[in-house]
Amino acid sequence: MNVVTNNKWIGERTIRPDGADKVTGRAAFAADTNMPGMIWGKVLRSPHPHARIKSIDTSKAEALPGVKAVVSARDVVDFPVDKSVMLGIQDMRWMCRNVMAREKALFPGHPIAAVAATTEAIAAKACELIEVEYEVLPWVIEIDDAIAPDAPILHDFMKFEGKPSNIGGRLEVKKGDVAEGFAQAEVIVERSFTTRPVHQGYIEPHACLVSVGADNKTTIWSSSQGQFMVRAMTAYLTGIPQSDIRAIPAEIGGGFGGKTIVYLEPLATLLAKKSGRPVKMVMTREEVMRATGPTSGSKSTVKIGAKKDGTIVAAQGTFYLQAGALPGSPNRGAVGCSFSPYDIPHVLAVGFDVLSNRSKVAAYRAPGAPIGAYAVECVLDELAEALKMDPLDLRLKNAARQGTKAAFGPVFPRIGYVETLQAAKSHPHYSAPLGKLQGRGVASGFWFNAGGESSAQVNITEDGNVVVTTGHPDVGGSRAAIANICAELLGIDYKRVSVLIGDTATIGFSNLTGGSRVLFASAIVVTQSTDKIIATLKERAAKIWDIDPEAVKWENGAAHPASPNAGQFEPLTLAELAAKAPSMGGPIGAGVQLNTEGAEGGFGTHICDVEVDPELGIVRVIRYTAVQDVGRAIHPGYVEGQIQGGVAQGIGWALNEEYIYNKSGKVDNPGFLDYRMPVCSDLPMLDTVMVEVPNPKHPQGVKGVGEVPLVPVMAAVANAIHNALGKRFYSLPMSPPVVLEVIEGPETRQAAE
Amino acid sequence: MAKLHVSTTINGEPVEFLCEPSDTMLDALRGPLGLTGSKEGCASGDCGACSITLDDRLVCSCLMLAVEAEGHALQTIEGMAHGDKLHPLQQKFLEMAALQCGICTSGMLVASDALLRKNSKPSEEEVRFWLAGNLCRCTGYDKIVRAVMETADEMREAAQ
Repeated sequence: MNVVTNNKWIGERTIRPDGADKVTGRAAFAADTNMPGMIWGKVLRSPHPHARIKSIDTSKAEALPGVKAVVSARDVVDFPVDKSVMLGIQDMRWMCRNVMAREKALFPGHPIAAVAATTEAIAAKACELIEVEYEVLPWVIEIDDAIAPDAPILHDFMKFEGKPSNIGGRLEVKKGDVAEGFAQAEVIVERSFTTRPVHQGYIEPHACLVSVGADNKTTIWSSSQGQFMVRAMTAYLTGIPQSDIRAIPAEIGGGFGGKTIVYLEPLATLLAKKSGRPVKMVMTREEVMRATGPTSGSKSTVKIGAKKDGTIVAAQGTFYLQAGALPGSPNRGAVGCSFSPYDIPHVLAVGFDVLSNRSKVAAYRAPGAPIGAYAVECVLDELAEALKMDPLDLRLKNAARQGTKAAFGPVFPRIGYVETLQAAKSHPHYSAPLGKLQGRGVASGFWFNAGGESSAQVNITEDGNVVVTTGHPDVGGSRAAIANICAELLGIDYKRVSVLIGDTATIGFSNLTGGSRVLFASAIVVTQSTDKIIATLKERAAKIWDIDPEAVKWENGAAHPASPNAGQFEPLTLAELAAKAPSMGGPIGAGVQLNTEGAEGGFGTHICDVEVDPELGIVRVIRYTAVQDVGRAIHPGYVEGQIQGGVAQGIGWALNEEYIYNKSGKVDNPGFLDYRMPVCSDLPMLDTVMVEVPNPKHPQGVKGVGEVPLVPVMAAVANAIHNALGKRFYSLPMSPPVVLEVIEGPETRQAAE
Repeated sequence: MAKLHVSTTINGEPVEFLCEPSDTMLDALRGPLGLTGSKEGCASGDCGACSITLDDRLVCSCLMLAVEAEGHALQTIEGMAHGDKLHPLQQKFLEMAALQCGICTSGMLVASDALLRKNSKPSEEEVRFWLAGNLCRCTGYDKIVRAVMETADEMREAAQ
């Protein structure tokens, strides 16, 4: 299919269309918009991890001067627990209970009520005046406690194997017969691992501004990973029809999956409707950390068996992923992705969704896959050691290739996993010498990638330039890539192409920005729209020249007569044809709306070097190389950027980031000082190698690139630490106290203290 | 309590505004002054998205009271470009893809500019430690550090 071949703009590091606004402070993010008459909303949140809400008295709050509206669960549309209503991967039964506690408060930070007042200070004061009578219930935070036989049960209606349980579901991926497979194995390694919940860590807190007219016509400005998701969820939760809601996507200050659901928008809409005033709501960082979704903490056991020559014959994984207080952990990524880089005849992967009194998890970059890959890729490192094989050779020997049937279903087409292994093996990094207390580790990773619904409208302006509108919030430079593609197809300077993100009233339905789908899907609809425009332009030139449209070719931004008329007429440029548009059939533009297909999975292989400070227990990553099959790098700068950003998040997950809970079941580190994300001085340069094996099912060969780079990182770091110290770690994060304890042994530590 | 009156200079222009005694400089910038280029990521001085300079000293505007601006000179991201002429750092960030979502970019640029004013030839380590108070979750910092060092090289060459 790959139609574009001349490569004037594809692969170029062009200036992004939204760039100038973002370096000058002009770009409008969610909290940057105000309206005349605007008031402020605040949320009253549960102080308890688990409590029945016996009564809520808002009368004193409502009587406070300046308070314009108060809402609680009775204002939010209820979705009874016995009937599932799905919106994408989210179940509205759980969404309605997450945006506002209904029967029970399920975690500290769970919204109980919301207030709108003329100032933020009055709204905060009013929250304090709301009287809530709680019946405090026993609570549970950790996985082992939540699945213990006598665990406090979060939801009476939830049953597992016939009994009330905190296990919200079981997911299985199976291929062959693992018992038969392990019987053939000559070497088996089986290990158990734990990981802690980590937050996406976007720097922009959730925020929105909502205005509701007397006729219910509603306008929402907010930053999210999908304005259509905002519209649909707000409609469901407020009862306002989708056609009355216009959701306008602000610039989004990072999402990484965490902005694929709503928190504030339905509450602000209800407050705006009740008060008749536009309502603005902005979360504090503490609210973000307490009440929005991190990804799951987990425990897992992985067993892999191989022949002495390194042929893997069987693999089994059991993964327990935390869902938070409502069902929905990313088990699919853990069970579906972890073994997918390998051609293994017998596979069994089982995932359990475990509920506890934590905030509901949200998607985070390749949801579930990094958790699974961490366990699998660490076990592979031990297996390579047991087999006395180079860890990359072990992976090469068992690598999935074209024709390999993945355990989760599909047969892989042409994929680039082997190429990433070969590129890693031949990279100078892999053979560079290491110093004392330094070590090197490798790991690989896979993510499904995704297609799905996208819409585009491409219009030619009267002066012969181009405006492209798509429906996906741009989190990492997708507008820049779309400009490259459209300019390439039309044969014009990329600066003549403006790329905008439409709101729900101005562009057709487009699914979430997520799953590494945006450029894959929007490139298809933009290409098809542009192709339609080129057909129109050729028809019009043919009419002017009075020749057959088939005898016109489009090249370098102009219509040219092709054989047999080649050279007979002067080319007609885009600008000339645009100027003639009124007399030639009218405006030139085309739109396409499609459920895109053909997204192919992505693979990466990473090499990590660390140095361990044995006095302080600090692990520093001193060199990092990430190799990835990116399909086709439409804008290499932002492809590299995706890879580097994913790696940095993985290093944080591996070495420092974790939710720490205190004895009363509350998050003890709800800020950037104590929730330790990598800062600039923590990291080295992050080298990338882009392997380009074009996706045969995409016009430009695009594969998703955003999620894969997080998947291998934690195992690569863990394997490097083992290589440096000769000791293995089976839990994340490998933070200084943990590392010290392993180096010195628990007795030494106690004596020293 | 009545609001307080503050006279100050922002981006070279004399400015007056009213604020509550408890308002931070970031509140004043984003509120009455309408300068929303400075962002609030944490309100605790940990993320640097609100970075400005106060008499050439780099500060988190979320940690400064608005009344403290009285009689001083402030510089925000809005004052970095001259009309449509971008500062070399801004231009380099665009050319080198040193931003993704852009929420940290204002603070990164203000902080980087403050560094280059003090140190025209920073080492990679100096850049990394200077920017350690500016969180970026998208880029892994690689392209930001390179952009700052490359801008420093070009500005030194241009000055010669």
